[in-house]
Amino acid sequence: MSEEKLSGAELVVRSLEYMNISTIFGLPGGAILPAYDPLYDSPIRHILARHEQGSGHMAEGYAQATGELGVVIATSGPGATNLITPLTNALMDSTPLLAITGQVASEAIGNDAFQEAYTVGLTMAATKHNYLITNAEEIPQILLEARHIATTGRPGPVLVDIPKDILNQKVEWIEPKLVDLPGYKPTLEPNPKMINQAADLIKKAEKPILYVGGGIIHSKANEELFELATKFQIPVVTTLMGRGAFPDGNELCFEMPGMHGNYTATTSIQKSDLLIAIGVRFDDRVTANPKFFAQNAKVIHADIDPAEIGKIREPEVPIVGDAKSVITGLIERLEGSDLKTTDWINELNQMKKDYPLSYIQEEKGPLKVPFVLEELQKLSDEDAIVVSGVGQHQMWISQHWNFTQPNTWLNSGGLGTMGYSLPAAIGAQAAYPDRQILALDGDGCFQMTCQELITASTENIPIKIVVFNNGNHGMVRQWQKIFYKNRFSASELTHHTPDYVALAESMGATGLRMIEKSDVKKVFEKMLEINDKPVLVECIVDPEDMVFPMVPAGGSNDVVILNEDDLKKL
Amino acid sequence: MSERILSVLVEDKPGVLARVASTISRRGFNINSLAVGPTNIQGRSKMTIVTELESVEQVKKQLNKLINVIKIVELDPENTIESEVLLLKVSINKDTQTSVIEKASLSGAKSVDVGSDYAVFEMTGASKDLDKLENLLKPFGIIEMIRGGRIAIQTKL
Ligand SMILES: Cc1ncc(C[n+]2csc(CCOP(=O)(O)OP(=O)(O)O)c2C)c(N)n1
Ligand SMILES: [Mg+2]
Repeated sequence: MSEEKLSGAELVVRSLEYMNISTIFGLPGGAILPAYDPLYDSPIRHILARHEQGSGHMAEGYAQATGELGVVIATSGPGATNLITPLTNALMDSTPLLAITGQVASEAIGNDAFQEAYTVGLTMAATKHNYLITNAEEIPQILLEARHIATTGRPGPVLVDIPKDILNQKVEWIEPKLVDLPGYKPTLEPNPKMINQAADLIKKAEKPILYVGGGIIHSKANEELFELATKFQIPVVTTLMGRGAFPDGNELCFEMPGMHGNYTATTSIQKSDLLIAIGVRFDDRVTANPKFFAQNAKVIHADIDPAEIGKIREPEVPIVGDAKSVITGLIERLEGSDLKTTDWINELNQMKKDYPLSYIQEEKGPLKVPFVLEELQKLSDEDAIVVSGVGQHQMWISQHWNFTQPNTWLNSGGLGTMGYSLPAAIGAQAAYPDRQILALDGDGCFQMTCQELITASTENIPIKIVVFNNGNHGMVRQWQKIFYKNRFSASELTHHTPDYVALAESMGATGLRMIEKSDVKKVFEKMLEINDKPVLVECIVDPEDMVFPMVPAGGSNDVVILNEDDLKKL
Repeated sequence: MSERILSVLVEDKPGVLARVASTISRRGFNINSLAVGPTNIQGRSKMTIVTELESVEQVKKQLNKLINVIKIVELDPENTIESEVLLLKVSINKDTQTSVIEKASLSGAKSVDVGSDYAVFEMTGASKDLDKLENLLKPFGIIEMIRGGRIAIQTKL
C-alpha cells in the first residue's frame, strides 16, 4: 500500500472511512470538488443539503442524537461562510463537529481569488480549533487530530480547510499516529480532595439541589446521576440543554429552572443551601441577574472545562473533571450517609402543587401549543427524538414534554438559532432511520431553513414536522407586549402565507393541517402512520398566547412572573 | 490593582498570535503589553502578556483552552526580571546636541546614529526607565519612538 500514491482528496475520503464515519452532510462547489469525486465510490453516505447552514445543522443533529462526531463538508468562500452559524451553534452547545472546507489553491490564497474567504480567520472564534492544511501528507493525521479535539474534553466544532491544489496533490498514505497534543490534555479525573470536600458539604446540606445540564449528556453520566440523586434523595433540576439527563416524572425531578422555567425549579435554587452544579455554566437564561442567584447557597461546581468554573459564580468547591467520574466519586464518598432531605423534598412537592404549569384549552377556542404537545406525546414513542426551533414553542416543549432519556431533546440552547429544527431533525433521522424524529418548529423558524424539506424527501428521511403557526415571531411579539407597549414592529408573519400544506406537498412531503381541538388526535395519528416520506403538520395556534412563568432578562429569580396578571409586578 | 505578568508558552504554529489576540479581544480583556519571540526549545515560542486585570484567572483559563497554548505561568513580581527594548529618534540642533546625548547616556541609552538634526538612541531596561528616557527627551521633540513590548523571566526555579 505504501507504493500507491493517492490524491489529497482520496486521503480525505479514506481518512473518513478510517475513522468509521458512515454519514456526512454537505454541498459541493469548485474548491471542494476534488473530494467529491472519490466520495462517489465510497460507502460513506453523503446527504446533499440545499444550503450549507442546513448541512451544518444536520451534522449537529446527527451528533446530538448519537453523542458521536457529526461531519459536514463544504466548498470555499460562500460555502464556508454559510457554515459559520452552525459552527457557532455547535461551539455554544458543545457539539462534536468536524467541518471540512475546500479553499482556493495555495498560491492564490490572499489574492482575493474567486470564492476565496479567510475561512480559518473567520471561524477562529466559531470553532474549538481549526486548521489550514499545507501539505497533503498531513491530511490523515490532522483529520484524526481534529476528531480527537472535537470529541474529547468539552466537545466542540473543529474545521479543517484544504486548498484545492492540496486536494489534487499525490502523496502516500501515512498511517496516522496516536494523537498527542502538547497543549491539549483535558482533565477527566477529578481531584479526590475536591470530591471529599464536595461530599462533606453534601452531607451537611439540608436543602441541596442538583443543578445539571448538557455536560451530563455529553459524558453519558445519566445513570450515575440517577443513582446519586435517588440513593441520597437529592432533588434535581435540568437546564434546557440537560433535559432528559434525569427522567421527568421521577419524584425528584423538578425540571427546568430559569427565564421560562417552572416556578418550583427556579425557586428551589433560590431556597437551596447547596447547589451541586454539574455540567452547567450558570447561563444567564438560568441565573437571571447572577447577583441575586442562589444567594443562600454554597456552590459545588464540576465541569470538564476549567474556564466555566468561576466565570459567573465563584464556587466554594471547584471540581475539574468529567461528569461521570465526578458523580461516581461523589457516590463512593457519600456511601452510607443518610441525607435528611425529606422535608425539603416535601416542601418542593407542595410548591409544585401550588404553582403548577398550566394552560387552558377551550373546547372551541384556538389551539394552545401545550395542549397540542401533550396530545402528541400520548401518541408518540417513548424514545422519540424531539427537535425544536427557537421561540415560544421551544420553551413550551421544554416545559410540557416529558423527557425520560438523554439525547431525545435536541435544540439550540446557547446560540438560540432559528432554523435549527428541520435540518437537525434530518441529521437525527439519518442516524436513526427507525426512530420517530419529531421536528417541532415555529412558523418563523421553519421559514429560515424550510428548503431542507426537499433534502428530507429526496433522501427518504421520514421526519415528522409540526409547524406551530401562530402567524408571528411569537417570542418577539411576547416581548413587544410586555416591554414595548404592544407596538408590534416587524414581528407579524401572517397565518396564511405560505400555504404550508401546499408547500410541503410541492417539496415531496405529505402536508396536513390542524385547526381545532377535535383535529388534533386524528391528524397526529395520520402523521405518525406515514413512515415512507416526510410529513408536515401545520398546526394553527393562538397568536396571543404567552409563555409563563417568566423572569425578565437581568431580573431576580426571586420575582417569578406567573401569568399575565402578574406582569403588574414589573 | 497591580500588574500581572503572564508567561505563555505556545506552539510555534501559524496563526497562534492571532488566536491569542482574538481570545483576548473576544473576551474584552485589556492588556498593557504583549511580546512574542522564539525560545530555546525548537518549535516553541514565548509570549509575555502584561495585564492589570482582576480577572486574570479567566484570561489564563481562556488562553489555556487554545490548543496551541502549552503552558501559562503567572510570574511572581518579587522574583522576576523584566526587560524591554526601545528605539527613539529625537530632533537635535547645534545648541541641543551635547545636552541631548549627555542626558540620554546618563539614563542608560546608547546613541546608535547621530545626524545633523536628529539622533537615534537605543535602550534596553525596565519599562519605567524607558518611560523616564522618553519624558526626558520629550522637550527636544521626539520624531519617532518604538518599544518592543515587555519580556520577563522568573529568577528562582
Ligand atoms: C437566526 C435568528 N434570528 C433572530 C432571532 C430572534 N428571535 C428569537 S425567537 C424569534 C421568533 C421565533 O418565531 P417562531 O419560529 O414563529 O416561534 P414562536 O416564538 O412563534 O413560537 C426571533 C425572531 C433568533 N433567535 N435567531
Ligand atoms: Mg411563530
